[in-house]
Amino acid sequence: MNAQQILEKLPYSKPFLFVDELLHIDENGVKGTYTYAEELDFYKGHFRDFPITPGVILTETMAQIGLVCLGIYLLGDQNTHAKTAVVMTSNHIDFLKPVFPLEKVIVTSEKVYFRFNKLSCNVKMENEAGEIVCKGTIAGMITEKSHE
Amino acid sequence: MSIINDLKEIIKPYTENKIALENISEDTDLLKDLNINSANLVDIVLDVEEKFGITIDDASMNKMLTVKATIAVIEEKLAQNAG
Repeated sequence: MNAQQILEKLPYSKPFLFVDELLHIDENGVKGTYTYAEELDFYKGHFRDFPITPGVILTETMAQIGLVCLGIYLLGDQNTHAKTAVVMTSNHIDFLKPVFPLEKVIVTSEKVYFRFNKLSCNVKMENEAGEIVCKGTIAGMITEKSHE
Repeated sequence: MSIINDLKEIIKPYTENKIALENISEDTDLLKDLNINSANLVDIVLDVEEKFGITIDDASMNKMLTVKATIAVIEEKLAQNAG
């Protein structure tokens, strides 16, 4: 399964799709990027007159690239007719630096384990200067739903 | 220590239902009685593997829904290791 096929299988769309491209993916991990558009709605209120990307959005971005894309890849070759469903079940993230509108971030995820449909990953997000802006662990259940 | 006491220690971080955990018995249902979700059930199985030095396959994992069934799987795998 290649990067384009994975992106097509993602269950998100604007304004809640936080994956632009996948640079690399294999059974042990994934690397991808996203650029936060200036007009994203949450910047109007977070914060008033001082837009910063909310931590929950950074977490969501790390989960979409690091957990969901990897989960789709890991299950992908088993059944091409099934829809992959991913539910985030836990995360622990440290936030180190702010991310402003128009910034491009690079998310790198390494699989810790994938057993009994649970995928656990160590995930980090870097800015274009190569600084780590947040990092931590994210886990979720990856299941397949056949078309009904 | 008996397997059920080890199991009680393993389950402790994954349930909020302390009363049900205190009264744990062979009849305790991990999902219904202890309100453990499927993701935490995986963590419990991984902790069981580490504690007892066994490997649990998918078929055995699917049986581990009650304390009784979990103990049966652990004893079966321990017997295989010994044999």
